[in-house]
Amino acid sequence: MSVNIQPIVSIERVNFFFGQKNIYTNITIEVPLQGVSVIMGPSGCGKSTLLNLISGRLKPASGRVSVLGREVDRLNESQLFDMRRRMGMMFQSSALLTDLSVFDNVAFPLRENTDLPERLIRKLVLMKLEQVGLRGAQDLMPSELSGGMSRRVALARATAMDPELVLFDEPFTGLDPISLGVITKLVRELTDALNTTSIVVTHDVEEGLSIADHVFLLGGGAVLASGTPSEMLESSQPEVRQFLHGLPDGPVPFHYPADDYRGQILERH
Amino acid sequence: MSGTSARSSIEWLGAATIDLIGRLGLATIFFFKSVGHFPSLARRPSLITRQLYSVGVLTVSITVVAGAFVGMVLGFQGYYTLVDFGAESSLGLLVALSLTRELGPVLSALLFAGRAGSALTAEIGLMKTTEQLAALEMMAVNPVQRVIAPRLLAGIIAVPLLCAMFTFVGILGGYFASVIQLGVDAGVYWSSITDGVDLQFDVMNGLVKSVVFGIIVTWIAVFEGYDTYPSAEGISRATTRTVVMASLAILGSDYILTALMFRG
Repeated sequence: MSVNIQPIVSIERVNFFFGQKNIYTNITIEVPLQGVSVIMGPSGCGKSTLLNLISGRLKPASGRVSVLGREVDRLNESQLFDMRRRMGMMFQSSALLTDLSVFDNVAFPLRENTDLPERLIRKLVLMKLEQVGLRGAQDLMPSELSGGMSRRVALARATAMDPELVLFDEPFTGLDPISLGVITKLVRELTDALNTTSIVVTHDVEEGLSIADHVFLLGGGAVLASGTPSEMLESSQPEVRQFLHGLPDGPVPFHYPADDYRGQILERH
Repeated sequence: MSGTSARSSIEWLGAATIDLIGRLGLATIFFFKSVGHFPSLARRPSLITRQLYSVGVLTVSITVVAGAFVGMVLGFQGYYTLVDFGAESSLGLLVALSLTRELGPVLSALLFAGRAGSALTAEIGLMKTTEQLAALEMMAVNPVQRVIAPRLLAGIIAVPLLCAMFTFVGILGGYFASVIQLGVDAGVYWSSITDGVDLQFDVMNGLVKSVVFGIIVTWIAVFEGYDTYPSAEGISRATTRTVVMASLAILGSDYILTALMFRG
């Protein structure tokens, strides 16, 4: 799979450790400009860590991370903040500021990062809330929202600054079927409407494949496979088949590594 | 066998000491980073006033009630001790000095640690656990500047004011117990206070203590909150640690300050 246009995020031969644990070994990912790129993989394979590397909240032990044409790990704090003003992020827990109303949450990045007059901010916020269908909920507090609603507010807030890159951390986890459908549709539609690039990290195969232009499958600290959703579904690679079809046993074994079973059972005390 | 266990307990002690020193270093860097953001708060006074309300105003009621009771108890206990020597005319002075020098600063800081310090830790810990601090960073807002610095400054301002209230109400409580209940002369009660309490030596030293306690308690509270392990259990542990550490730090530093101030 060759990507002709300049990638918006390129991760080259990155190694990363949490303490002694090796999360990535020489991982290389190039996320193409525009459209939805979905990064999938089992829990604990370091998908969220990838978003933290892209946003500069973590630094790689070695290798290069470049985002929006800048090398993230070489930026100082104010340069990092400049870069983040061009990106939005939606967190799994929505991460709405609990002491602010829905309106003020969406207005927050605009108020903090721009000198726009309050009148204009109001119009922008109402437009963002209308896009996610929650203009009527503008005066509610985050504690009054359902899980699906708060994630929609988080989506409105992540896109408030019309970012060039939007990061989604597990946007589909823990939602009821209707909210799930709404969020899936919104991620796709907003990406197209804003003409932006979305990176979605998820382990939900069906939703991930349904909105993806490009899929990366992670496992064991590396990219196991990448391609369009249909290429992935047709793949005969055992790792890909096991993950996409949810097979209990395969390259990822059912059993956690253990000593010999017979020996332990028959052991005499 | 005993050799290995002795060795492992020495190892444990060493590890614990290194860990403690490491945390102290982290906390110190964190403190100065937060203080470094104080000047920028001048442009956003609303951030401080909101925190002054939640750590200061909401702690007033507990401070006033506790101060009144402590003052009344001092009045009673002092009276029965002094009356044996015919010295109940010094009762006002006893109450006022106990409060301005010791009980006011120490008890108001302990109450602040329990009421506001624990709440600060829990609030910041919850913001970390629910990724609100990470979200701020992603929106190009520095969480130390936006969340920590206003809370730290508000705590440092609030504690001396609460201490003044505690002491004031305590002296009134002492008046109630000794003058109204036990029949000490009101004029004697007040004049012993105005004659005996020295502004420089007693009131200023009490104020200095209170400022130091305010810095220590709020510093511990915001650091524990920011350093919380992001889980429900982590928050509860951090909250407990704030109250325990802050209380011990208040009492320990009170001893040091007292020794420095009242040596001669």
